[in-house]
Amino acid sequence: MSSNTDAIRDLAQQEYKWGFVTNVSEDRIPKGLNEDVIRLISAKKSEPEFMLDWRLKAYRHWETLEKSHAEPKWANVHYSPIDYQDMIYYAAPKQKPNLQSLDDVDPEILRTYEKLGIPLQEQKMLAGVAVDAVFDSVSVGTTFKAKLAEAGVIFCSFSEAVQKHPELVRKYLGTVVPYTDNFFATLNSAVFSDGSFVYVPKGVRCPMELSTYFRINAAETGQFERTLIVADEGASVSYLEGCTAPIRDENQLHAAVVELIALGDAQIKYSTVQNWYPGDKNGKGGIYNFVTKRGACRGKNSKISWTQVETGSAITWKYPSCILQGDNSVGEFYSVALTNNYQQADTGTKMIHIGKNTRSTIVSKGISAGHGQNTYRGQVKIMKEATGARNYTQCDSLLIGEQCGAHTFPYIEVKNATARMEHEASTSKIGEDQLFYLRQRGLKTEDAVSMIVNGFCKRVFRELPMEFAVEAQKLLSVSLEGSVG
Amino acid sequence: MSLLDIKDLRVTVDDHEILKGLNLQLKPGEVHSIMGPNGSGKSTLAQVLARRETFTVTGGQVQFNGKDLLAMKPEEAACEGVFLAFQYPVEIPGIGNAYFLRSALNAIRKYRGQDEMDAMDFLPMLREKMKLLEMDEKYLNRSVNEGFSGGEKKRNEILQMAMLEPKLAILDETDSGLDIDALRIVAAGVNAMRSPDRAILVVTHYQRLLHYIVPDRVHVLVDGRIERSGGPELALQLEETGYAAIEAAARGASRG
Repeated sequence: MSSNTDAIRDLAQQEYKWGFVTNVSEDRIPKGLNEDVIRLISAKKSEPEFMLDWRLKAYRHWETLEKSHAEPKWANVHYSPIDYQDMIYYAAPKQKPNLQSLDDVDPEILRTYEKLGIPLQEQKMLAGVAVDAVFDSVSVGTTFKAKLAEAGVIFCSFSEAVQKHPELVRKYLGTVVPYTDNFFATLNSAVFSDGSFVYVPKGVRCPMELSTYFRINAAETGQFERTLIVADEGASVSYLEGCTAPIRDENQLHAAVVELIALGDAQIKYSTVQNWYPGDKNGKGGIYNFVTKRGACRGKNSKISWTQVETGSAITWKYPSCILQGDNSVGEFYSVALTNNYQQADTGTKMIHIGKNTRSTIVSKGISAGHGQNTYRGQVKIMKEATGARNYTQCDSLLIGEQCGAHTFPYIEVKNATARMEHEASTSKIGEDQLFYLRQRGLKTEDAVSMIVNGFCKRVFRELPMEFAVEAQKLLSVSLEGSVG
Repeated sequence: MSLLDIKDLRVTVDDHEILKGLNLQLKPGEVHSIMGPNGSGKSTLAQVLARRETFTVTGGQVQFNGKDLLAMKPEEAACEGVFLAFQYPVEIPGIGNAYFLRSALNAIRKYRGQDEMDAMDFLPMLREKMKLLEMDEKYLNRSVNEGFSGGEKKRNEILQMAMLEPKLAILDETDSGLDIDALRIVAAGVNAMRSPDRAILVVTHYQRLLHYIVPDRVHVLVDGRIERSGGPELALQLEETGYAAIEAAARGASRG
């Protein structure tokens, strides 16, 4: 076994490839958090009063939470206390006040996205994918806006939506994740600086994939973005987000909120490839990824599907969830979470069945390597009125090496006797017998490990838009750096 | 010259000596059978030749095609042309059979400095071999060995052997778990692989497989050593008498 172990350890001693820093002059506000900071952020964005009021309410609520030490402690993750005053809440690259087109974007930033494999010039882009690029606290550009506008689809930065479509923002903001929801969501509501906004009008099938690429660049800052996607009656949209950050010794906080709203017969597919800097092999540095994501299936026959591939971040804490209000609505959650070295992940989903004949599917694949700790936490709740509800949960863990851990906490609460629940769970190790079998057929150990892991994740990769499924597979092999310790 | 030359091979598992000075030579074109009672070291021999690392070689040499086999990793031995048909083939969930086989074939071709084979060339070849083994096309895309019956797994092993075209094929108890029809199909697949530049080593407890795959030489392995060798008639004789007589003789010899 020893040479297997060594080879796995050597596997992809590849560095985190996205760890560079872009040299741009930044507009940063001083460290610390107080009401003035909230006002300053709001003023920088020339926000209407309702936004500032909302932020201030959130901030005041957060203050009480912080005083009562209400930061969530129930997750199976461990980190030193975060000093919320020792952090910058707004940093933006200096640019012309009003960007007319992508030509106005700082070439250094355009080069950054090119280096990340996300060229923003439309002619170079993946055909059929529109991108919103968020750099630190602000959106620096959104592509294919004109084409989308033809179909009536609004896809822009959150700041722009606040300016141009305040009525939509006001109608839907905080209706799925209220500012009182939890410590990190409350903090986000107070200080969020940008993010993406999508509105797909009645009966419109969005003509292309939408995608947001989040990049943290500035040091000592937190990133707090907020995404709101509304699919009106009969509309459908597929949205993908990606994220990376430079290599730094300090931990950086990323506390985002995503709200999805699907009205009658609408469908939203939301895919994430999360690749924030995970820290080094000794667990130094990395992003704290504390994210609240929730979707509401408000109308009949609506559907929300979450797919996530989580390979980055020092700590991941997120539970993309579905509230199935409309009758016959469908919620799905497909997840691959990989923890290597000293990464920790506590992730899963909540499926709340309220409407009749609502259905949900949960497929979670956790991979632990090195000293990684991987926790699945899921809740399926069938309310009293939810006659005929169904849930299928499959929850598998794969262990690579001896020092990692996998943990599973499924919570099931059924208040209607007609519910049908299925739960399958498994834990397996990449066995010496599997590796020997593949090597006996000529495959090198690292290729054998990659093959086993990709096979394990296949059910989830199938749900990703095709262009990204290939990327996700590659990312997984790179992230298996030093797998067995 | 021998393709495989084993001299005084000694192997232990957890400090327990399994092979105690084993000698064996195979020339290209030959089919040899290793027979013996349970626990005599047959499977250990098969796996050591395929370079499984859970075994410790404590003595002896093994030359394969003029190279030191014991210095090779499993994937090197495979790329040099050693193939093991497993007694218990392993399942690889989520990986399609055809994809897996093409990856293996291309890994070997790459090692040998040949161009990788694309799906257009590969699939017709695979379909043809599957026909020979009377395997349904559905096995092309099903996950490797997952949900296969015992017989299907063994057929899949022979399919892999046919695709990878090894210089030395080792069949470890390939007959176990096969009904008579499957046995015949598997044997036909193996016989189709007989060729002047290939050697085949058939490891089996029972004689019945050797009705279909007739070996040039039969060796009886008892307590880690080859105690008797002969032509195919030796297998028939063992069917009559069992291993007891040879085991008793071996015990007598080691006492004396």
